[in-house]
Amino acid sequence: MTLISDRFQLTDQVALVTGASRGIGAGIARLYAEAGAHVWLSSRNIADVEALAEELPNARAITLDVSDAASVKAAIMTIRKEAGRLDVLVNNAGVMRPAMLAMSSEADLDMMLDTNLKGAFLCAQLAGRLMVGKKHGVILNMASIMGRIGAPGHSAYCATKAGMIGLTHALAKELAPHNIRVNALAPGFIETDLTSDISGDAREHALAEIGLGRFGTIEDVANAALFLASPAAAYVTGQVLGIDGAMQI
Amino acid sequence: MSTDNNEKLVGAFVEALQIEAITVTDELQYNTIKEWDSVAHMTLVAALEEVFDIMLDTDDIIDMSSVGKAKEILGRYDVNF
Repeated sequence: MTLISDRFQLTDQVALVTGASRGIGAGIARLYAEAGAHVWLSSRNIADVEALAEELPNARAITLDVSDAASVKAAIMTIRKEAGRLDVLVNNAGVMRPAMLAMSSEADLDMMLDTNLKGAFLCAQLAGRLMVGKKHGVILNMASIMGRIGAPGHSAYCATKAGMIGLTHALAKELAPHNIRVNALAPGFIETDLTSDISGDAREHALAEIGLGRFGTIEDVANAALFLASPAAAYVTGQVLGIDGAMQI
Repeated sequence: MSTDNNEKLVGAFVEALQIEAITVTDELQYNTIKEWDSVAHMTLVAALEEVFDIMLDTDDIIDMSSVGKAKEILGRYDVNF
């Protein structure tokens, strides 16, 4: 009989977390390591993830620019060579450049599309090939509540996150025959570097929209990411899990 | 070396497509047997990549339309037959 705690373990699973240098990505990497996974922490600049990789058990740092197909291929080949497989991919790398529609630059639009959406696609494409070979795998895409309900001044970002939801649904259907589950997380307001500058009236206004009356924590998101990667979620695929304190129901 | 590679290739096709080894000839083409459909093609690609320790470019995956073509493509990755 399986212990309840065992259902949430990732013992000896090999996981890749993109954008793991800080915030939600670092939080997920920490919890996965605690759950027994061998975690690869990636960032465009490997120096940004080396310290955390040294701190965590069974963790490795790797250079990965998700927007560059050659970089993705090199990273996935390294993981296959060193670890022999990849069980969990967390497509977390993302950038946000707020601007009203009339003031949004093409360069910022391209950057957000390339990192947030194309990057997730490329990583899923190559990581998925390793998973297909093992007939097992989990892909988690970091969407956002902004991809579900929109937000003024964030049209490009919202579009990329809505795209992540569409990507999740399509991949869940396409990869199910290979026993690969694909889900998305849609965090609301989470206490990170991105939200630390929200203060005063803006913060009060944001809090008024959240049923639970507080911003979420990185741990709140990491806990959901652990559930979706774990055996406890073995029959969960194609879903978008909101972690927003009843901001969107 | 080429004999080994041929055995590996046939083994990958047999395992991925769940077909008999005798079926794996250069003339066998994608989508001409029910076992080699688009879903199985991904399994085949994964098997070939693992057995030959390579990672194929997307254009080559699209282009891999027969066993003979697979051998030709693998040659570009220094896998010779």
